[in-house]
Amino acid sequence: MAVHGALQMALGLESEGEVMEAITIISIFVLAVFVGFEVVSKISSTLHTPLMSGANAIHGVILVGAIIVADHAETSLELGLSVAAIVLATINMVGGFVVTDRMLEMFKGKGSTKSSDKSAGDKK
Amino acid sequence: MSPFLYDLIGLVAGVCFILALKGLSHPRTARRGNLLGAAGAGIATLLVFFRSENEGRNLGWIIGAIIVGVIVAVPAARRVQMTAMPQLVALFNGVGGGAAALVAIVEYMKLGDSASFAVVLATVFTVVVGCVSFSGSIITFLKLQELMTTAPVVFPGGRAVIAGTLGGVIGVSGWVIAELGTTPLLILAALSLLFGVLFVLPVGGADVPIVISLLNAFTGLTVAASGYVLDATLLIIAGTLVGASGTILTRLMAEAMGRSLFGTLFGAFTAKAQASGGATDTRPVKSGTPDDVAILLNYARRVVIVPGFGLAVAQAQHTVRELADLLSAKGIDVAYGIHPVAGRMPGHMNVLLAEANVPYEQLSEMDEVNPTFPQTDVALIIGANDVVNPAAKTTPGCPIYGMPILDVSLAGNVIFLKRSMRPGFAGIENELLYDPKTTLLFGDAKASLTKVVSALKVL
Repeated sequence: MAVHGALQMALGLESEGEVMEAITIISIFVLAVFVGFEVVSKISSTLHTPLMSGANAIHGVILVGAIIVADHAETSLELGLSVAAIVLATINMVGGFVVTDRMLEMFKGKGSTKSSDKSAGDKK
Repeated sequence: MSPFLYDLIGLVAGVCFILALKGLSHPRTARRGNLLGAAGAGIATLLVFFRSENEGRNLGWIIGAIIVGVIVAVPAARRVQMTAMPQLVALFNGVGGGAAALVAIVEYMKLGDSASFAVVLATVFTVVVGCVSFSGSIITFLKLQELMTTAPVVFPGGRAVIAGTLGGVIGVSGWVIAELGTTPLLILAALSLLFGVLFVLPVGGADVPIVISLLNAFTGLTVAASGYVLDATLLIIAGTLVGASGTILTRLMAEAMGRSLFGTLFGAFTAKAQASGGATDTRPVKSGTPDDVAILLNYARRVVIVPGFGLAVAQAQHTVRELADLLSAKGIDVAYGIHPVAGRMPGHMNVLLAEANVPYEQLSEMDEVNPTFPQTDVALIIGANDVVNPAAKTTPGCPIYGMPILDVSLAGNVIFLKRSMRPGFAGIENELLYDPKTTLLFGDAKASLTKVVSALKVL
């Protein structure tokens, strides 16, 4: 319970519900960190650029956040800023996926023997 | 939509992102992985319109803004040349960071006194890191596009200025957290933008890809923090995934270049002043004609082609393949020596040569090809410089010192196809150019290669 109290104090959380919520979020965060580490730990340098570009496109999902703030924007300043955020986030997301796809298009069919052997081994 | 169903569909999108990263780590599944990521992002975007807390305001603005974004992004991503791809990725990363910062600024304005310390902290974190990522990415873009110098920019007292700015950012952050106010927040945003610029300026050209990867991870973390503030679990998952995988990727890239991350970021400050190359320019070099090069190649038993950014600029990947095919037909052993960071990004050369259908078996990574140079008769360097520069081994303190290089100097003959005597991206003179066994062929890589190919055909 000491941890509980410390967390409550440190983060300035008021109610029991907020504390539970914070614990859930911390759990999600920690698990996602490990998943993120794990999925990319074995990667050949050939794929560094496409992976960076693909991950870059995924963080374009901040678009969701931009839409949420635009939805409850009240003043025109808030609206203006959130509309700008939507434009930028869309560019990040859509452009990111399109450019990654173009990069990967170059790999198609290439060395199907070698790479398929490799992937077959890695699959399990 | 009920919150339960909403969260469930959100989870589907989250799983898509995990599978996307997983798929992107293997050549065979990479393209499918990217499409899965796009599907996840599409689901997430559609889903947010059905959030039960939505007030349904500004719908026209929202949809209009998305359309504008698509109209800007798709042609840019479609039309960009393969050579310019790295800077486009940098730019996309920057605007993502900018979007996260803007979202946090709007959210901050709406925070009431009831906001918990954790929420305020996460908001301020997003503003700071989002702004750093934005301005830092813009600088990497300018460097890669060669709109500004690619060499490390250091100015007297640079270290103190950076430390001062960082101190300012931390101090103002404390102020903003202690007492909510829009003015201090805007000062904080401005300071963070400045810090992003100062942080990237001293990074030398060849290290820029590592910085892009690092800023990419930063943007991921800001997205995660926004997810906490906005109570959107999916953003926490996606942002954290990118933050974590981006950190690992940054480390892997730095390792591939034989650099420590710390050395990359702060190397320019600790490095001793390097001799400016002015005086050495007058030394003689041996420049040859396409016929000389063709003769050297024709009587070789083994040729290693070392491609670099110049190949990409000249779009010479098809011509180089033609040359390699011609040499193979004459019974000459041909291999490509691919430095992990040749070009402007790791894997750049692989992508480019794959486009020209160069057989995968001919592409050798640095560790494979380096031991074979003593048995190689000709090393043909096409538009590469820093990745074969012996200064990385011999000149402590120069910006690329310690980077593993392709040991082309061990080959019998070295041929450089170069546009000019201009030093490489890192801005360092290459001693190898003055070596007696080096032949230089000046000109655009594609034009030069075409001439060599036709000279070789008549031999």
